[in-house]
Amino acid sequence: MKQPDVDHLSGIETTGHEWDGIKELNNPLPRWWLWTFYACIAFALVYSVLFPAWPLIGGGTPGLLGYSTRGEFHREVAAAQSEQAANLAKIAAMPVAVIAADPALAAFASAGGASAFKVYCSQCHGSGAEGGVGYPNLNDDEWIWGGSIDQIYQTIAHGARSLGDDQTHDSIMPNFGSDGILTRDQIRSVALYVASLSGLAGGEKTPEGEQLYAQNCAACHGPDAKGLQAMGGPNLTNAIWLYRGSVDGIVAQINHPRLGMMPAWGAKLGDVTVKELAVYVHGLGGGQ
Amino acid sequence: MKNSGWILVLAVATFGALVAAGLAQDDLFRAHMFVLTLTLGGGTLYLLRTASFEPAVPVDPDAYLDGPIRVGTVLTVFWGVVGFLVGVIVALQMAYPDLNIQPWFNFGRMRPLHTSAVVFAFGGSALLTTSLYVVQRTTRARLFGGDLAWFVMWGYQLFIVMAATGYLLGISQGREYAEPEWYVDIWLTIVWVAYLVLFLGTLVKRKEPHIYVANWFYLAFIVTVAMLHVVNNLAVPVSFLGVKSYSAFSGVQDALTQWWYGHNAVGFFLTAGFLGMMYYFLPKQAGRPVYSYRLSIIHFWALIFLYIWAGPHHLYYTALPDWAQTLGMVFSIMLWMPSWGGMINGLLTLRGAWDKIRTDPIIRMMVVAVAFYGMSTFEGPVMSIRAVNALSHYTNWTIGHVHSGALGWVGMISFGAVYFLTPRLWYRERLYSLRMVNWHFWLATLGIVIYAAVMWVAGITQGLMWREYNDQGFLVYSFAEVVAAMHPYYVLRAVGGMLYLAGGIVMAVNVALTIKGHVRVERPLVPAAPQMKLAA
Repeated sequence: MKQPDVDHLSGIETTGHEWDGIKELNNPLPRWWLWTFYACIAFALVYSVLFPAWPLIGGGTPGLLGYSTRGEFHREVAAAQSEQAANLAKIAAMPVAVIAADPALAAFASAGGASAFKVYCSQCHGSGAEGGVGYPNLNDDEWIWGGSIDQIYQTIAHGARSLGDDQTHDSIMPNFGSDGILTRDQIRSVALYVASLSGLAGGEKTPEGEQLYAQNCAACHGPDAKGLQAMGGPNLTNAIWLYRGSVDGIVAQINHPRLGMMPAWGAKLGDVTVKELAVYVHGLGGGQ
Repeated sequence: MKNSGWILVLAVATFGALVAAGLAQDDLFRAHMFVLTLTLGGGTLYLLRTASFEPAVPVDPDAYLDGPIRVGTVLTVFWGVVGFLVGVIVALQMAYPDLNIQPWFNFGRMRPLHTSAVVFAFGGSALLTTSLYVVQRTTRARLFGGDLAWFVMWGYQLFIVMAATGYLLGISQGREYAEPEWYVDIWLTIVWVAYLVLFLGTLVKRKEPHIYVANWFYLAFIVTVAMLHVVNNLAVPVSFLGVKSYSAFSGVQDALTQWWYGHNAVGFFLTAGFLGMMYYFLPKQAGRPVYSYRLSIIHFWALIFLYIWAGPHHLYYTALPDWAQTLGMVFSIMLWMPSWGGMINGLLTLRGAWDKIRTDPIIRMMVVAVAFYGMSTFEGPVMSIRAVNALSHYTNWTIGHVHSGALGWVGMISFGAVYFLTPRLWYRERLYSLRMVNWHFWLATLGIVIYAAVMWVAGITQGLMWREYNDQGFLVYSFAEVVAAMHPYYVLRAVGGMLYLAGGIVMAVNVALTIKGHVRVERPLVPAAPQMKLAA
């Protein structure tokens, strides 16, 4: 009989094979490895009896627990909906001003509004509702279309200059320069006048500017230039500017105005979500 | 004349590619065929310039064929550095989106370039190279089929070039890790069948009575990847002179086929193949016998039988029927111990050689590789549990998991093999510098640890933020807020990647100088043992 080859360091027999100097010891499978492997197989068998697993001709075995991923999803959605159902029904039935007056319901609506705001509104108004160039800040008390909760609700539901919605806020500032209504000098003059109202650098109050303002601008921005919400004409006497707050910016806006557009969310999100958004936005700090 | 046949074949193929460019049905195909023309034309010119007209030296039929292996070693190092570099770039693109340079270098094209460069170019070249080295040494036979090994090595590189340039041009069939279009797939099939013939032919003419375990793993890798590649890429081209094709599968069958492929690309490319590498290079470097022959048999068969069924765990909570999802999960859990069999056999092989961890940075790399292998093959089954996956899926946790396997296991074991091979293939006394290997080890290890830890935290944060509800039952975070929250993690991840890339560059320098025959005069890593002073 051939003498078994023994590894001198471990004292274990080798299998007697050798490849390029590599030998193999004849160690058994580590017991813990083997039993853990068996345990995993046992787990797999039990699990596959409890849960849908074995393929049959027209589908798989349903499993003893009756579990399905769709079932799990529907259960979770149903549970979430039933928790919110009472509050959602109240919101659907109540006018938005009444919702805002009920502290518990307003807190719920505001939480829902905050969640929807992040998905639908933050792209333009910013995730903190801080606004940006061309997009109003919703935290301050400057409101182009009105800051009462009913007005905010109206604006969210029907938008501004939103095509296809006949209740949308609609007003258009004329192209005073590009349509030839005012001359370059007149635009310059009225722009300097407007700049002077809020104390912008370079502003200059001239009788000509004042007269041009009264003739061309007062109808929408108000005789005192404090804005007219019914016309969507912003206040021109404070430091809040939707576009550039400078003489050049004002000239550009008078010459060929940029006009903001906001979608009518009512048709897309439904009345309940619009009410929640109105409560949330109204509660940001600037609501009137 | 040497190589006259190959020169002729290449010249004809160059002309064919030019004709295909001329007849192309779309601009992308035309551009891609011009790339092919330039590549093949360059190859033809190279062969012509190096042609020798001296009488051919008869080949010793018993001598090992190491030329393709030398080429493969250099290419492994080259593709490694390229792949890590592209990885750092895509990591930075995630952190700083302005780095997306349209259209060629945007994330959508760079990401498959990164994955293919590391998995197929670096990993594939490493597997090809080491398998051809190992199969010759462990069968004591020259590679089968004359120049077949050269064809496989260069043919595979052509596949890489065509795949990579295709991605940058915007050619993709949109299947993860199988992005190349139909014509590149057909070429890879040809090369891969040649590889199978080469490997099997060498095994058949072996001079050892038994087939060593490393070769089982390599063979399983070659055979299974052939099957996966062919089935997943079954498609109908719109035109034989155009890039676009449509998959033979649709809907959920398509998704399942794709993830059967995708998961087993991990299982058979990145696991079985590299286990073959581990089974040769680790006992060789340690100078110890493999711990258990029986364990190697059992874990081999268990691994290849169980791995192939685990793909559905990529498709939880989708249109895939529940029974298939469950089977994907239980097979993944049963896979835990068969995967660990390789780790145990590797680590216990070091019994009696553990002191080398202190003295030999190459052994240290191999040990860290096996440790990361063990960790990620434990993490995998955990992530395959449906409830865990509900949190982890689609998050950066998955990215962290993949990279602890790819950087830790695949990368480190390949580096170990490259450091083992280089002095032997070029007949050098030793590597240029062992201290540089040590630097590489620490840079890479630190890089992996940062990468994996950051991605765990990022992934779990991301998963928890997505599912966070407030007490009124409304979602707390918007998707964009979760994206914003990832920014610091993405920056740190890029730092981890840079460390790993730096290690790769150190390796490239070390290997290049070793090949050139330089030896660095340096202090030994471990001070010599104190000498016993004998009493006078």
